[in-house]
Amino acid sequence: MKTQKLSEIAKTVRSKNAGVDKITFDIIFSDRSSYERVKRARVLTRETVASLYGIPDSRISDFVEFDPANAIKFTIYRPQPSGSAGDPDIFGSQQYAPLLDIEVPEGA
Amino acid sequence: MRSLKIICPNGHLGFAPIRTESFRIGVAARPDYIAADSGSDDVGPVPLGSDVSTSPLAWQTHDLEQMLLASRSLGVPMIIGSAGDTGSNSRVDLFVSIIKDLAARHGLPAFKLGYFYSDVSKDDLRSRMLNGEIVEGLDGRPPLTGAELDATERIVAMADVHPFVDLLRRGADVIIGGRSSDSAVFAAPAIYHEFPAEQAYYLGKVLECASFCAEPYGGKETVLGEVSADDVRVTAMSPAQRCTVASVAGHAMYERSNPYYEHVASGTLDMSQCQYEQVDARTTRITGARFQPWDFRVKLEGAGKTGERYVGMVGIRDPYTIVHIDDVIGWARAQARERFGDTGYELHYTVYGRNGVMGELEPLKRHPAHEVCVLVQAVAPSAEMAEELCMIGTRQMFYARLPEVKGSAGSVAFALDEVLRASPAYRWTLNHTLRCDDPLELFPTHMTVAGVK
Repeated sequence: MKTQKLSEIAKTVRSKNAGVDKITFDIIFSDRSSYERVKRARVLTRETVASLYGIPDSRISDFVEFDPANAIKFTIYRPQPSGSAGDPDIFGSQQYAPLLDIEVPEGA
Repeated sequence: MRSLKIICPNGHLGFAPIRTESFRIGVAARPDYIAADSGSDDVGPVPLGSDVSTSPLAWQTHDLEQMLLASRSLGVPMIIGSAGDTGSNSRVDLFVSIIKDLAARHGLPAFKLGYFYSDVSKDDLRSRMLNGEIVEGLDGRPPLTGAELDATERIVAMADVHPFVDLLRRGADVIIGGRSSDSAVFAAPAIYHEFPAEQAYYLGKVLECASFCAEPYGGKETVLGEVSADDVRVTAMSPAQRCTVASVAGHAMYERSNPYYEHVASGTLDMSQCQYEQVDARTTRITGARFQPWDFRVKLEGAGKTGERYVGMVGIRDPYTIVHIDDVIGWARAQARERFGDTGYELHYTVYGRNGVMGELEPLKRHPAHEVCVLVQAVAPSAEMAEELCMIGTRQMFYARLPEVKGSAGSVAFALDEVLRASPAYRWTLNHTLRCDDPLELFPTHMTVAGVK
């Protein structure tokens, strides 16, 4: 089956702190049809995200399909609070990269 | 008053300077208030713990000067929340003194300068806990214990609109706030002018990050928000930007775990029924926000010191050593244990080129690059110990003994054969909430006069 990478479909893929104990991820599409296509393909769900990041479901605090912004959003608990010694990403701003390569089926 | 206009030139005043062109356009639109938030917990626990700003004084002064001069020439109030990144008392005092200096330097006619503090003393919190008050944890944290309170260096409480409204009632022309909810900085004037809470807090929500609610992406540009009894309208002031349905709805998600709800001390802004409508090329109108009041609970942020800190850095190019990097680190850790024992310090290794940025979350951690850089962080009770610990943790990687390595003259490369002192290490000890009977009890307000009498 032909696929396309999420990075070719989404307008914005980003991560950022949501408070000091969580990191939140936003995947935003520029049009409704791309958003619906990714939703239908079920490639971006609680389960796929948990598996991609190697975390149990309990580490995901929120997973929302946010229609007003054509966006999928999820939030995870950090391994440790932001900015403790050893935390390599104080702002949580570089944790989204693995999402870019998610393969989305073309006909979904 | 049918509507109220507020401009916001910067989502984190001082962190990077205001772009003045769009600010001037915003000022020309004759807003009723000029407001900005100056704080964030994004910068980590070090600034709060060690009571410093992360923003340079020159940038803080630049932004305050732009806003003050515009506010005085228009004759409208200026409001700043979370002064100096952390909103601690010393940061409020700093901003108050900058405003006074600017007013004197520009010979501004006398005006009323209001300010409030947000620091919470450990003794105050301890006595509330001894009286049975539970300091509830947020985001899965357990309630605050006496031991965690002991480990805390400094605590700030997050103000809602109340101290701002109090100072506006008393006629403040300029307000410097301690730690505050971002949205409260803008909601406060709207509530003071008796607009409904749901519109006021939505206005605050959409304005708090300035141009982050506009597209194309561009920070530190001014946006204008207009609130009425029924709606909020937000307009980009930069000619290069627009506030669109997508950009405004998209911003509702930014930096929060759920796009539908925003919590402040007095309640929750519910955005789940919001409707977004493009009313002109650069303006989006939002209706349908709701506000659910609840028992007043104030968020507390606290930072505790974990120790003095030194950092070291090494590079590795040998492919066999890269594959066995954990053994190299294990060797260095063992040398540190031999010298300092098992506990009483922290030694952190971050392996760039393998999983330096993402740690355990990195899906590619079993596929390291052809060369890696290892950042070593040593944290210990004294600077002397942290330095020696870091030196052991760094230099002993050079001597690591791997059974089949070809190179036997050094397992790592040094760009600097030294370790460097870093800022002390802190951690977030409080991300909690406290019940309060009076919304002002943690936020003492003060009024002074600035300018030429």
